Amino acid sequence: MELVCPAGNLSMLKAAVDHGADAVYLGFRDDTNARHFAGLNFTDQQIAEGLKYAHDRRVKVFVAINTYPQPHNWKRWAAAVDRAAGLGVDALILADMGVLDYAAERHPQVNLHLSVQGSATNPAAIGFMQRHFGIKRVVLPRVLSLAQVAQLIQNISVPVEIFGFGSLCVMVEGRCLLSSYASGQSPNTFGACSPAAHVEWRDTPQGQETRLGGVLLERRAPGEPAGYPTICKGRYWVDGELRHAIEEPTSLNTLEILPKLLAAGVSAIKIEGRQRSTRYVTQVTQVWREAIDACTRNPQAFQTKESWRKILAAVSEGTQTTIGPYERTWH
Amino acid sequence: MPERAGFNMAEIQRPRLSLGPILYLWPREQVFDFYAEILETPVEVIYLGETVCSKRRQLKPEDYWELAERITAAGKEAVISTLALIESEGELKTLKRICADQRFLIEAGDLAALEFLEGRPFVAAHSINLYNQRTLDFLIKLGLKRWVMPVELGRSTVADLLKYRPVGVECELFAFGRLPLAYSARCFTAYNRGLGKDNCNFCCGDYPGGLLVTTQEGQAFLNLNGIQTQSATVHNLLPALPEIRALGVDLLRISPQSQHTAEIIRIFAACLDQTLDPLEGTMRLRQLAPGELCDGYWTGQAGYRLGMALEAH
Repeated sequence: MELVCPAGNLSMLKAAVDHGADAVYLGFRDDTNARHFAGLNFTDQQIAEGLKYAHDRRVKVFVAINTYPQPHNWKRWAAAVDRAAGLGVDALILADMGVLDYAAERHPQVNLHLSVQGSATNPAAIGFMQRHFGIKRVVLPRVLSLAQVAQLIQNISVPVEIFGFGSLCVMVEGRCLLSSYASGQSPNTFGACSPAAHVEWRDTPQGQETRLGGVLLERRAPGEPAGYPTICKGRYWVDGELRHAIEEPTSLNTLEILPKLLAAGVSAIKIEGRQRSTRYVTQVTQVWREAIDACTRNPQAFQTKESWRKILAAVSEGTQTTIGPYERTWH
Repeated sequence: MPERAGFNMAEIQRPRLSLGPILYLWPREQVFDFYAEILETPVEVIYLGETVCSKRRQLKPEDYWELAERITAAGKEAVISTLALIESEGELKTLKRICADQRFLIEAGDLAALEFLEGRPFVAAHSINLYNQRTLDFLIKLGLKRWVMPVELGRSTVADLLKYRPVGVECELFAFGRLPLAYSARCFTAYNRGLGKDNCNFCCGDYPGGLLVTTQEGQAFLNLNGIQTQSATVHNLLPALPEIRALGVDLLRISPQSQHTAEIIRIFAACLDQTLDPLEGTMRLRQLAPGELCDGYWTGQAGYRLGMALEAH
């Protein structure tokens, strides 16, 4: 089972490589990838440097070009594919069928992974993508239960990567427009959910307010913890009650079901968080490396260590973690 | 887009009106009554089928086929719509069965449907991500005959794709209704009732127009419909009708709501026939919509914003 870690910059890439990642993933400095935030991501030269650093240590590098170009900006996505292919990266993580078609035709030697943004959640969809574009891996949207993941793997011949840790998307990735509904920009079109330019934080007599595109997502009492504001974790009135109508401000942690993921035949675990820090990548990579090694050695005896739990809890956004959709009761 | 000089409306083909699939859980009888009423309206294309939740089985594929026969007999086009999110083997089996039927055009809601429909004419729903010309070309090779634009894409992308699309391939816009914004593994209606999806008691049936989500300062924001999250505001492209005609859009979709759908269709039809001014039509729609109107996506703004018509009135 491969450990795939986030690299928002060169320092994070080196931290991931040094602390046990089997692969790192990263993006160019624009909206061609789904973590398009100011100060984040790589120039071509930085990718070349990161590639050398990683390859010298036998770690793979994947480049995410996983947003959806439109006619007016199509050329930039095509150029991103060409640039990444030219750099000799180990795989491209793509979502759009047009971009996949382009990459498969122009660069048949390059490995293509279907991004989580590609929204393939079943054998027919994955088989379709494999048949047309020769995808070598699929990253599953966070919708299937563990049993469904296991069954899916039995029914496809494409290796499966799943999200194991980090921020939890509640909606099927690639088909969530909540962010653009409030701000005009979505992960698909802009490469970011809740783009920072549209987020407001304001202290008011009623409490601290966070808004996206002017819409009030949360108003919390002083001292209540605040994560990065996304619509799906906001608190609203529903049926006369004020509540987190979609999901609590929680993040994903699948460490305790690692033996089951291994037994299900999951090929790779992805750690979310290119927008986080070098410290985050260092700690999370260390813990997951240790855990995957322990689990691979002896799955029956696998137990999560208290020290792992503490480290992961300290770097989790929000106050709690969840196994999320892998656990059927979450649905 | 400004009105072009010397623009002759009569030379431009009029977009046809379509009715999207019912997105909510309504009692079986109500569904049949609804379509009986719709058959009397000027809508030309009717999409039908379950697109949100596979647990809703008050109508089976056979029922939809029967309705589709009636629609066809009434001189309208019937299109069978399919689930937007496919997770389980059971859902896949049903989808395969629906796609094996050759009588009606089928609207693919998920990539899985493309796998089954490849090689015959099909419609790509707004839940299939068709954002650019290369994706359009690719799907045309597979048999795409019509696509519904993803709802977040506005007029500039619609214009670009329409300039590019080959003859015979149709473009449909989601023109009226609460916007389908997201899909999840979780049933939010059940979640807000303290239930899980596996024991939901079909509680979405208690909300024939969805479950409203309001911000802490009272703004109607979202509308929960099972695993689907919709906008609370009602997307309305009627004020853009002159521009939409000029662009060459082929179909305008009205999304069913629990009340007044037939009347909404008639307002759109009157505007298309130029017997009613689109701004006047919009004023009437405002009385019939279950929430405030919005149109921000069309002009490249946030989807919930309203910019085109009513602010000027």
